[in-house]
Amino acid sequence: MDYLALYVTLKLALATTIVLMILAAPVAYLLAYARFPGKSLVEALIYLPMALPPTVIGFYLIILMGPRGWAGRVWEAATGGSLLFTFLGITIASVIYSIPFAVQPMKAAFSRIDRRLLESAYILGLSKRAAFLRVIIPNSVSGIAAAAVLVFLHSIGAFGVLLMVGGSVPGETKVASIAIYEAVEMMNYEAAGLIALSFIPISYAFLLLVNRLNARAGA
Amino acid sequence: MILSASFSKRLKYFNLELSLSCRPGKMAVMIGPSGGGKTTVIRMLAGLTAPDAGRVVFGDEVWFDSARNIHLKPQKRRLGYVFQDYSLFPHLNLFDNAAFAAESKKEVEELFELFKISHLKKRRPHMVSGGERQRCAICQALARHPRLLLLDEPFSALDVVTRRGLREELKSLKGRLSCPVIYVTHDIHEALFLADEILPVVDGRIDRGWMQRTITREPGEGAAARGAREPRLSLVY
Repeated sequence: MDYLALYVTLKLALATTIVLMILAAPVAYLLAYARFPGKSLVEALIYLPMALPPTVIGFYLIILMGPRGWAGRVWEAATGGSLLFTFLGITIASVIYSIPFAVQPMKAAFSRIDRRLLESAYILGLSKRAAFLRVIIPNSVSGIAAAAVLVFLHSIGAFGVLLMVGGSVPGETKVASIAIYEAVEMMNYEAAGLIALSFIPISYAFLLLVNRLNARAGA
Repeated sequence: MILSASFSKRLKYFNLELSLSCRPGKMAVMIGPSGGGKTTVIRMLAGLTAPDAGRVVFGDEVWFDSARNIHLKPQKRRLGYVFQDYSLFPHLNLFDNAAFAAESKKEVEELFELFKISHLKKRRPHMVSGGERQRCAICQALARHPRLLLLDEPFSALDVVTRRGLREELKSLKGRLSCPVIYVTHDIHEALFLADEILPVVDGRIDRGWMQRTITREPGEGAAARGAREPRLSLVY
């Protein structure tokens, strides 16, 4: 069994989850509470990765992170290295690919909080930021946890976008889904089956957890 | 410090336009039919809703002045505000709720003693009765040393017996408060029992004749059944 690919997969899923929990929370807050012109356009743009084929996302990320793309050029100028075919590159790709799965449940959780609770916090002297940290976040724990699990699962399952941005560098960008694909290509069904089998209990357990968290958040 | 406010706001069915003032230690009770604008007034005093025009002054501090484009945030007004419900944070126990913005925890302990909820300190809001929640909400508001206390139908969701008990507790507390208190209710007995001044608010305006039109004195014999502390009133609509 390709343990290295499983390790890269879990590392990537964990990194994506941590990054997205930090990045998506303020975005979800703005979508839930702020009013600004073009909000629906911004929201649709954030959810766009959910509606695009992964290869399309991968294609644009190659353009962006490649040696001629602005992100690739900036990164190369700063570090001398490339973003493509690196763990950092696939982490960026995975974060972009999973953004909707973090923002949407968090926005739903934040929107469920009664506005009067926030008003109560303002009356008690809390700034909007403090109210976010001391009232919104603690009262959205189930929704945030559901978002984290969804992002984790979605990252574990990523394939096309990672293959395009990262290729298949063992220990660096070769994740389990790519390992399965390669094993099947080489007619090694036993190796593919072992990795594939390891996904099922993990994904099933996480999905049960999401359902429980969603039920709790909605209660 | 004296609170004085004069403001107007266009609402869906009428224009709200009224003035009020309240001295420290006094309680002005706004009463009137539902949808008359009472809660909007209290929200404008709190800074949660902006009037279209007018001025709200607390002592020598201007909280709102449409002409000078001043609108002090609720955070800066140092208020106590007890809502009908939802004042308490569900993720905190009663003590942490009351101590949320308190100046001293010892004082919160004393307030809990005063309101007889010390034994419930560790309970979450959903684990106690409506009356106990509102007692805690009052502790939360008072623990902040508010400069102005706003009570928006704080007891209306409670049963009659609990409401009567809390009303009496509030009345005895009133003498110890050194800030102006604005109280909203649609219960005439409550208004007469608590108020230093009654402000009948009807369709966004102070309508002093509303009380006259709504109330008649009740003959003496019915009073005993109501209890001596209840004002002797009956309503005629």
